[in-house]
Amino acid sequence: MTVESFQNRFGLRAVCMPSPDKRVSGAYVGDLLSWVMGRAEAENVWITIMSNANIIAVATLADVSCVLLAEGVSLDADTVALAAEKGVNILSTELPAYEIAGRIYGNV
Amino acid sequence: MNRFYYDLHIHSCLSPCGDEDSTPNNIAGMAALSELDIVALTDHNSCKNCPAFFAAAEGYGITPIAGMELTTAEDIHVVCLFETLSDALGFDSYVELNRMHIRNRPEFFGEQLILDEKDNLKGTVPDLLTSATYFPIDETKDVVSRFNGICYPAHIDRESNGIIAILGSIPPDSPFSFYEMHDGEKRDEYSRRYGIPKENIIISSDAHNLPDIRDKENYFVLDAERGDHETVRKRLFELLRGGNK
Repeated sequence: MTVESFQNRFGLRAVCMPSPDKRVSGAYVGDLLSWVMGRAEAENVWITIMSNANIIAVATLADVSCVLLAEGVSLDADTVALAAEKGVNILSTELPAYEIAGRIYGNV
Repeated sequence: MNRFYYDLHIHSCLSPCGDEDSTPNNIAGMAALSELDIVALTDHNSCKNCPAFFAAAEGYGITPIAGMELTTAEDIHVVCLFETLSDALGFDSYVELNRMHIRNRPEFFGEQLILDEKDNLKGTVPDLLTSATYFPIDETKDVVSRFNGICYPAHIDRESNGIIAILGSIPPDSPFSFYEMHDGEKRDEYSRRYGIPKENIIISSDAHNLPDIRDKENYFVLDAERGDHETVRKRLFELLRGGNK
């Protein structure tokens, strides 16, 4: 599945999608960036509520397919611009991390 | 120029995890026994024991600094220091309006005690003080500056609530110049790894009980006479502001 079809299938909002064709495979949930760096796997959907600009660096480093912001968390304009520049897909949902993770479990 | 030994991160019995023996009066006494010169009281998200600490410090000859260990929106701990008691108390009121209010459970965390300089109980804080404020780390410096304070990330060498553990690294556009470490032996390593000048790394105890208060070990060199608290404080803040970007 691509990020774009993932976004459509689960009704997520695209905050910024510079790389819509990226492959999606599995997911990781976490907010402590030092943990995420070492544990999220390439092509994972990374579900988080962290909005600090460092998420872009971590997403690039871990090569995740997209960052999925839970609970309606928003990013400031500079961080969105940085994500676009670095080719990092950012999606968002109003659902808590637990619920969105439950919905996508076994389906990506 | 004189050496001024310091510990700029100490909790009193106002902090939920602070020992009940850590009264403002006992902290001032312990700091004097340890021959410290400059000592900051930094309870979680509150400055309400600073007035007692200032009054108690007078009897012990140490230079007291009014401070707070602020919890940012990301749960990062930041040490905030103020040049005057009234600025600290102004900040205290502002933080109270901008933090999560969750009831303290004294059976788990202990009572959050406000005392006077003679250890008399003046009151307790009903809401858990460690809960996050609404200030993101990027905005903290500006908010603290409005109250003439300075601030820097606390215990960056710790997993719990340290900026590196939470954000994975020190953000490239970090507004901070100073950083606090708990373990002084790792100062060189952190200085190299994160590109922080060694003199901009402050070592403090984060003591939650009296025995953990630092020994006479870490110092600032300031152009002031020992005992001239006003000048000592002034020079310290010049140093901490000068280093800041």
